[in-house]
This record gives sequence, structure tokens and C-alpha cells, in this order.
Amino acid sequence: MDLSLLTDPVFLAQNIVDGLSRGALYGVFAMGFTLIFGVLDIVNLAHAATFMWCAFVGWLVMAVGGLPLPIGLVAATLAGSLLGVGLEFLAFRPIRKEGADRLSSMISSIGASLIMVSIAEAVFGVSTRRFPSKVLDPRPFFIGGTGGLRISRAQILILVASTLLMIVLGWFIRKTRTGKAIRAVSASTKASLLLGINVNGVIVRTFVIAGGLAGMAGVLVALLTNYISPPMGSTVELRGLAVIILGGMGNMEGAILAGFLLGLVETFTIAYVPGGSDIKDAIAFLVLFFILLVKPEGLLGKKKADRA
Amino acid sequence: MGALLEVKGLKVGYGGIEAVRGLDFSVPEGTIVTMIGANGAGKSSTLLALSGIVKARSGSILFAGREILGLRPDRIVGLGLVQVPEGRAILSPLSVAENLDLGAWTRKDKKAVAADLEKVYGLFPRLAERSKQTAGSLSGGEQQMLAIGRALLASPRLLLLDEPSMGLAPLLVASIFTTIKAIARSGTTVLLVEQNARQALKIADRGIVLSHGKLLLEGSGSELLENKVVLEAFLGKEGG
Repeated sequence: MDLSLLTDPVFLAQNIVDGLSRGALYGVFAMGFTLIFGVLDIVNLAHAATFMWCAFVGWLVMAVGGLPLPIGLVAATLAGSLLGVGLEFLAFRPIRKEGADRLSSMISSIGASLIMVSIAEAVFGVSTRRFPSKVLDPRPFFIGGTGGLRISRAQILILVASTLLMIVLGWFIRKTRTGKAIRAVSASTKASLLLGINVNGVIVRTFVIAGGLAGMAGVLVALLTNYISPPMGSTVELRGLAVIILGGMGNMEGAILAGFLLGLVETFTIAYVPGGSDIKDAIAFLVLFFILLVKPEGLLGKKKADRA
Repeated sequence: MGALLEVKGLKVGYGGIEAVRGLDFSVPEGTIVTMIGANGAGKSSTLLALSGIVKARSGSILFAGREILGLRPDRIVGLGLVQVPEGRAILSPLSVAENLDLGAWTRKDKKAVAADLEKVYGLFPRLAERSKQTAGSLSGGEQQMLAIGRALLASPRLLLLDEPSMGLAPLLVASIFTTIKAIARSGTTVLLVEQNARQALKIADRGIVLSHGKLLLEGSGSELLENKVVLEAFLGKEGG
């Protein structure tokens, strides 16, 4: 191990930037994940497949269609919302009507995910796709000369986008009528029904938002990692799950915080631990494990008694 | 006075179990009707069916002359049939003010809602003091006040209360019953389900007794307070 790295402030700053942008990506993915968990009390395991499909939609629009990034982002977001609503009507609602328990909905979402990934494999093959450089200039900016801090446009984009999304979504959930209904349904379905809230309608809207978030995350992640492929969802999915558990199930701010934490831990492990890139997952999940030992309800989660 | 609620042949079941088996009763407008019965007599199932939370198997529920059996729960609330369920169902992570705000979910008349909110704060000053606290941090009695206050904000024509005194200290129980009387006097019809049969019958205009999912007895509150069956089954031998 190169000991001089430990005291190098530029290297430290570089890892913070890289860690935060990696974490922002987990956060954006996890926001949609945790929203659905809030209202349905289930983990939508087709969220990652939605995310992957939206990355491909972005790719089709921008790489094949030659359209600019903003249009690609909007198209991916819309596609995500559409897929989300489709999932609600095909994979979740029919089962909810029968009064089945949550496990069946989760299994149904696994089925939906498998179908979506298989179709993607059949349509796009397994080779990796990338966005052409005209979509977003891949050359990074340097702060303090070529030996200084390096930050790519994709990193700036994901940091800005995730911050904006957090602010907008936080406002939306607290202040708008739909946002309040989402929080009410998250707290108690039965109470929400008795308040006169159309719970099924709220669930559909939640899928629109969560799907849209998955769509944006798909394009942003693809830009950052330069990797679009049918299995791309699975690596993010595991981290997304870890992040929503670590943040406190159903807690959006917690998920974002946990996303940043996970991103930083991974990046720092790669940077400072010998052989770090091979063991980054082990280290990251070890940290997660210890945090949950101390705080089983997650970073910002409510204790069980308060959630009832 | 005409019946605001008229239930005929109501059947409610879960799987193989029939909780309500052909129940008939009515609630006249402007009255308090108390429903009593042993555990498992079908009281809560009846209320949940009235609100559309549990689907009734058959029968008819006329509310203000309109068939509401089969309507979506949010539509039923919109018509003015509002329930405070057993266990209160407050939204614990939300603040007291947000809970109350959601009570008026189905209403568009913002000015009237604001006036009703003032009335609720007048009825329960504790809620005004704690409006910014999370509902989960309230005491049991305060949560019950919140649940009732929230239901009042829906501007109910008929208020269903399921065990409002459950788990409360005796002093609080008395104040909850006083409140229920005050709510009825201000023009809201009340259907009250209670374990605390004596106090509930005392404030009731009419009482109905359920047994095994069917109507066993009905009469005025004072009649039932002296009824032999009621005395033995629900009020204890020492009488009223």
C-alpha cells in the first residue's frame, strides 16, 4: 500500500467526490424503492428491471435516435412511470384483491422482473451498450490542473440531479395533496380508507413517481458507469435493498443518507484498502451489518412501536 | 324522525366464518344508538362493513336513502358516513395537525373546514397544544381525542365509534362520553359500539344488543339498562 496516499488531500477529495456521486446513484435508485415499500409494505423486486429498461429507452432515444440528453432523460422517466403503472396493474393489484399476504406480491414482482430481463436479453442481447460521447462529453474537468481533482460531467449531473430530486420529492411528499395521501397510506392503509382516501389511486400515483425515479436513475447510472446491459439492474438492486434497510424502511431521507454512506464506504475501500476493489462489497456490507446491530431500525427509521 | 341508516339482512364473513348473519337495525337521524354485545358478536364486523372496509356478503345498507353496500370506502366517507375504528387508527408518524388536516380529505369547502378545525380545537384544547407533535407521541386518551376530532373534520352525518373508551382511565372515559353527547347535540348522528355498556346506554337514545351476529334485543337506552338479559350479560349482577 502506498502510504503517501493517506496524507494526500487531493486524493482524499477525489474519493469524496467519487464516493458521493456513487452514493447519489444508489440514493436515486433507492428513493423509488422505498416509496413503494412505504405504501405497499413490500419490496418491489421489479424496480431494478424497470431501471434497466429505462436505461435502454434512454439509449434508444439518444444513441439510436440521436436525440439530446434532456429528451433522453424525459423519455426514460416517462417509460419508467409507464412500466411502474403496468407492474401495479399486472403484478400487484390482481394479487392484492385476493387478499394475499405480502410474500405473494413480492414473488409476483420477482416473476415480473425475470420476464422483463428476459425480454431485454432477447431484444438487446447480452453485449454491453454505451452512450455515444456526443450525449455527454466524457472528458472530465480538472480543479487545480491535470494533477488535481477530477470531476466528470456525469458526476456533476448525478450530484445535481439527485440533490434536486431529494428537494423536490421532499417538498412533494410534505406539501402536495398526493404527497400527503402517500404518507397517510404509508402510515396505515386502513386509516387512509376510513379518511376517505382512494388508496388504490394513491398506489398508482406512487408507482408513477417511483417508476419515473427508476427511469431517471437508469439513465444517470448508465452515464456514470458507461454500461448498459440487461443484468445491470441486479448489482444496483442489492445495494438499493441494503440502502433502504440501512436508511430505515420506508424512510426517504434515510435512504438517501444511507446511499451516500454506502457510496463513500465502497469508494474509500477501493482507494485505501489493498485489494479493495475485490472486497469492497464485503466491507460495505460488514459496515451495514454493524450499523444495523447498533440501530436495528435503520439510520432514520422509526422503532416498530411508533410505526404501528 | 326518519332513519338515517337502515341495515337489512346484513351478512359479513371471513372465509368459512360468518361474523354477521342477517342483521337488521336502523339508526334514526339525530340520535345516539349504542350497539352492545359480547366479544365476537359481530359489532366491529358490522361497522367495518358499513364503511366498506370489509365486503358484506349480502343484505342492504341504506344511508340517507341511498344503497351504499358495495361502494368504495372513500365514496362512503364522502357521503358523510365516517368511522373512528377500534384502536383509533391514527397516523402515528404524522403530526397532530396533519392528522386533522387529512380528516377533511373529502371536503372542498376550505372555509368551513377551517371553522370546523377551530371547533375541534375548542372541543379538545390538548390537540391545539400538541398540534406539531407526532400523533404517535400522544397518550392513549389524546390519541382517542385526535381520532374523534379527525373524524369530525370529515363533517359526518353519521359518526361510527368503535370502542372509544377502550384502554382509557376512568376519568377519561367519562370525558369521552360527555364529548360524544356534545357531538350528538350539535347535530351529528352517532352509532356507538362499546364494551362499557352501562355508560354507553346511559347516553344513548336507543340501544341494540347483538349476539352471534344477529339482533338479540333492541329498545331505548333506559329500557335496556333495566332489561334482565342485558343486566346479567353486560352490566354485572349488581344492577344499575
